[in-house]
Amino acid sequence: MATFFGEVVVAPSRAGLDEEEEAREETPEDREIRREIEKKREVEVLWSCAEEPLVCSRFIVAIGRNAAAFLSSFILDSVCWEVVGVVKLWNEWCRTSSTTNVLPTDSFCLFYRLISDPTVLLCQCSCYVAEDQQFQWLEKVFGSMQKKGLQVTILSTCPVADYKTQESTLTLVSPFLKALKTKEFQEQVCCPLLEQPNIVRDLPAA
Amino acid sequence: MFIPCDRGGGPAAPDFKGFTLLMPAVSVGNVGQLAIDLVISTLDMTKVGYFYTDCLVPMVGNNPYATAEENSVELSINAEVYSLPSKKLVVLQIRSPFIKNKYRPFCETLLSWVKSSKCARVVLLSSSHAYQRDDEQLLGTPLRYLLTPDLEKAVGGHVKELNWKEMEKVAAYPGISNTEKVLHIPGGGITKLLFTESCSEGIQMAVLLKFCSEGDNIPDAFVLVNYLNEWLQLIKSEVSTSNNSTDPSSQWKIPSSWRLLFGNGLPPALF
Repeated sequence: MATFFGEVVVAPSRAGLDEEEEAREETPEDREIRREIEKKREVEVLWSCAEEPLVCSRFIVAIGRNAAAFLSSFILDSVCWEVVGVVKLWNEWCRTSSTTNVLPTDSFCLFYRLISDPTVLLCQCSCYVAEDQQFQWLEKVFGSMQKKGLQVTILSTCPVADYKTQESTLTLVSPFLKALKTKEFQEQVCCPLLEQPNIVRDLPAA
Repeated sequence: MFIPCDRGGGPAAPDFKGFTLLMPAVSVGNVGQLAIDLVISTLDMTKVGYFYTDCLVPMVGNNPYATAEENSVELSINAEVYSLPSKKLVVLQIRSPFIKNKYRPFCETLLSWVKSSKCARVVLLSSSHAYQRDDEQLLGTPLRYLLTPDLEKAVGGHVKELNWKEMEKVAAYPGISNTEKVLHIPGGGITKLLFTESCSEGIQMAVLLKFCSEGDNIPDAFVLVNYLNEWLQLIKSEVSTSNNSTDPSSQWKIPSSWRLLFGNGLPPALF
């Protein structure tokens, strides 16, 4: 693509596939490096309670700092909830550890259980889970649960500027709630559903 | 990988034996995907399942083909399968890019699903960077096709009658004569990989592609879907009485999710 100044630049394509990647054959060294990186990027879910799989009837997941802060401010306390698990992962944006003693400014992913009803689980995930780790996170977390009429609620936030609407987002009253639900969810939803062409990405989508 | 929708009371898994699988490559301008959107929307195809895969970036939203309040609340994800048994057509729509290093496993799993579901043939809609054309390709039609040897035997004659242009091979080392000619589809995503694998595995596959650039690719999608229609005759191209030409563009239904592709409304305070 030629720009106004005459220099030729390679325009980033919405197609998303890196040409270089496809042209090159993988050498054994490349394979080894890729395997090492994959190992480093592995998601580890560590449960502190003895019984596994955990029986779960309600699972509330808060993804992102805002949603995690909401749970900290309004729901969680040390009297009614106990920590039962943690996710350990690393990517270019953040690293979490296996400690459960975290500050609100840390990147962490913790699981809590309601002491009065141990089938109610809560997850606070303030770290960024990279796209190649999202599926793994999903499989490992849900894989260690025994689902009993499981209802999952996902809380997350998106910038208003990303919201697609006929009017300008400047005049929109924010913050506002939107929801997506599966057809199996029969209860009343507390807010309007997310209209097309808006979509949800990353871990909440996974 | 393929998970059928639970239609309650219907057969456990839909039968695609003998069907034509129509699918897009995630390629420059997303033209293949836009064209597939037009096919699904116009033919009012029913969703029959989805792909459970770790190869594509996750995304979810409400029904992109909604026409009314009632049908707008069905969830839609990144790789879904639609079918129209009356035309023996099954369509795969891909809505997000591949995760790094995952496009090869996806292609392998896809082709083995094609074989196990006994689809008769695969038609792949794709695109390629317009700026990479050589002098000859700059002239004439921007549309090209490719057929695997097995499909060439089956429909080669019919395609010849359509007067289509086959995708040219280019020199492996440009500038040096006498080098072997290879297939090169820049910006085509998984197109080349799927095509070469299908050739070696005896799968009947056709690739239909358009040279284009990133931008407003809606017109490119219409051109590509009309090209497809010349062959598969998915919709009838009615002769327009006003200018006496056959232009089926107006008969493709634009899905509701194509709204606001280039941003929201403007704030009035701007003026």
